[in-house]
Amino acid sequence: MTTPPSDQRPARSDRSPWNWLLLVPIVIPLTTVLYNAQEPRLFGFPLFYWLQLAFIVLGVTATTVVYQVGRKRSGR
Amino acid sequence: MSDHITEIVVFTFLFVLVSGMGFVASRWRRADLASLDEWGLGGRKFGSWITWFLIGGDLYTAYTFVAVPALLFGAGAMGFFALPYTIVVYPLVFLVLIRLWSVAHVHGMVTPADFVRARFGSPTLALLIAITGLVATMPYIALQLIGIEAVLKTMGVTGDLPLIIAFAILAAYTYQSGLRAPALIAFVKDSLIYVVILVAIIYIPARLGGWEAIFGAAEKKFAETPAPGDGILLNANNQLQYITLALGSALALFLYPHSVTGVLAARDRDVVKRNMSALPAYSLLLGLIALLGYMAIAAGIKPITTDGKADANTVVPLLFDQMFPDWFAGVTYAAIGIGALVPAAIMSIAAANLFTRNIYREYLKRDATPAQEARVSKITSLVVKVGAVLVILLIDPQFSIDLQLIGGVVILQTLPAVALGLYTRWFHRYGLIAGWAAGMTAGMVMLYNISNPAINHAHFGGSAFPLAKLGLDTGMTIYAGFLALLVNLVVAALVTLAARAAKAADGVDGTRPADYFADENDPRTKPVELSGTH
Repeated sequence: MTTPPSDQRPARSDRSPWNWLLLVPIVIPLTTVLYNAQEPRLFGFPLFYWLQLAFIVLGVTATTVVYQVGRKRSGR
Repeated sequence: MSDHITEIVVFTFLFVLVSGMGFVASRWRRADLASLDEWGLGGRKFGSWITWFLIGGDLYTAYTFVAVPALLFGAGAMGFFALPYTIVVYPLVFLVLIRLWSVAHVHGMVTPADFVRARFGSPTLALLIAITGLVATMPYIALQLIGIEAVLKTMGVTGDLPLIIAFAILAAYTYQSGLRAPALIAFVKDSLIYVVILVAIIYIPARLGGWEAIFGAAEKKFAETPAPGDGILLNANNQLQYITLALGSALALFLYPHSVTGVLAARDRDVVKRNMSALPAYSLLLGLIALLGYMAIAAGIKPITTDGKADANTVVPLLFDQMFPDWFAGVTYAAIGIGALVPAAIMSIAAANLFTRNIYREYLKRDATPAQEARVSKITSLVVKVGAVLVILLIDPQFSIDLQLIGGVVILQTLPAVALGLYTRWFHRYGLIAGWAAGMTAGMVMLYNISNPAINHAHFGGSAFPLAKLGLDTGMTIYAGFLALLVNLVVAALVTLAARAAKAADGVDGTRPADYFADENDPRTKPVELSGTH
């Protein structure tokens, strides 16, 4: 092993309270009671279909925020 | 066949074009391809865009594009699980994958089993993980052929020869260019698919009288069928299945060796993170593609029947054939056909790497040089593809679909060692081995006991396990893989406690805490020394 001892490197971590945000796009799309209905419709799509498509935005937002916050914290 | 001549010409032209790209790819970012890092991981230098196309092309396969609409065509809302599945997966693996990238970068790991080998110091556990990966990947490669077959069938091209030629070309350029080939082809594949789907979701609904009419036609069809489980909404009995199948599939996705290959080929941690935000663009595509199944219902499509069995996988190609002018139908077929080549190439590379790193190097030739490793991997990738073609030609295609279903349940059993292992060293190697064995057994027993009269299967008829079989008084079903994973985790924890109490020798952890946060410019060690007892 040629790795320098870990104490020589700046302490790093991927811990952040912002990580909890990632739970939102995991829990909500799996909560079927939220969307298992026909009404209200949007552009002819039953709720079941358009709302689940809309959840994509949740996922993108949460991962983007966690990524950007992490970048600022590590000072880059 | 002559009715389809325009389609065949367009299809062949695009197919030949990307095959040429596959061969040229070996010169792209030229490097000495005689090492696994270069041949099998593209030099670990792919930036955000290439990674996006590569992983997108890897995960959203031709089979997905054909089979998911087929599911909605046949069963309705249940088939839409593919959407929440691919939404949930990225936040779920966001933090896990960057740790995997870092530790793999520091130690030069190529496969998930490499990581387990170093983390738990147990060659036996690593071998189990490697074999599990191989077993789960092989039928997946065979399935990609089904995507091509469905297209060929629709164009009236019969016989096995075209399929064999297509795969021979694929095998040749993968052999020559390694991961660079699918990375380059993925650009064409995904661009074609995006164009096809954008046109399809604007043009087809306009011809069918709008979305209202499409959903209406689907609702009417499901109301008329005797099956109780279908419909454009979920019912009381399949909601748990919907949730656990979406979650279980999401947990399984990045345990597949080919997904890991795509991630490890990224240049740095930021590339991986950025992709977790950008890959959901494909989920939007997938959600819209899924709805092609309902469009097929509204258009009155009847799947092609061979030997008295209706092949639901042909509904999407048939829909395109009916709706689009011939030349554009040809483009859509090429999109599906080429869509099969990218994942098939990455999967065969991943399988080959598993064999090379975790069987050949571990058990056959411990002092293998990088050049020898690359050579063995190249040859294995050929063997894997020949195997996939033989499976499709000699065995009922339904068997591959069943196997792939089993594959999902099987690969989930590597979660405690691979995914949890990235976070904690708490589990004892004996615990993980026992948990794996228990989860596998439970999964197989459950799958064996699932019948499906619709496809004439008394056993292995799907992944929806009725809770009534456990003595619960309910009509609800649950994803068998999910239940098997719970069994796995419980056994792993109990045996870990027992092993610690008995003071059983634990393996040596070859990784350090800081390795999990290392980035592009941090020092790399030599590959982990092969130590430890079997």
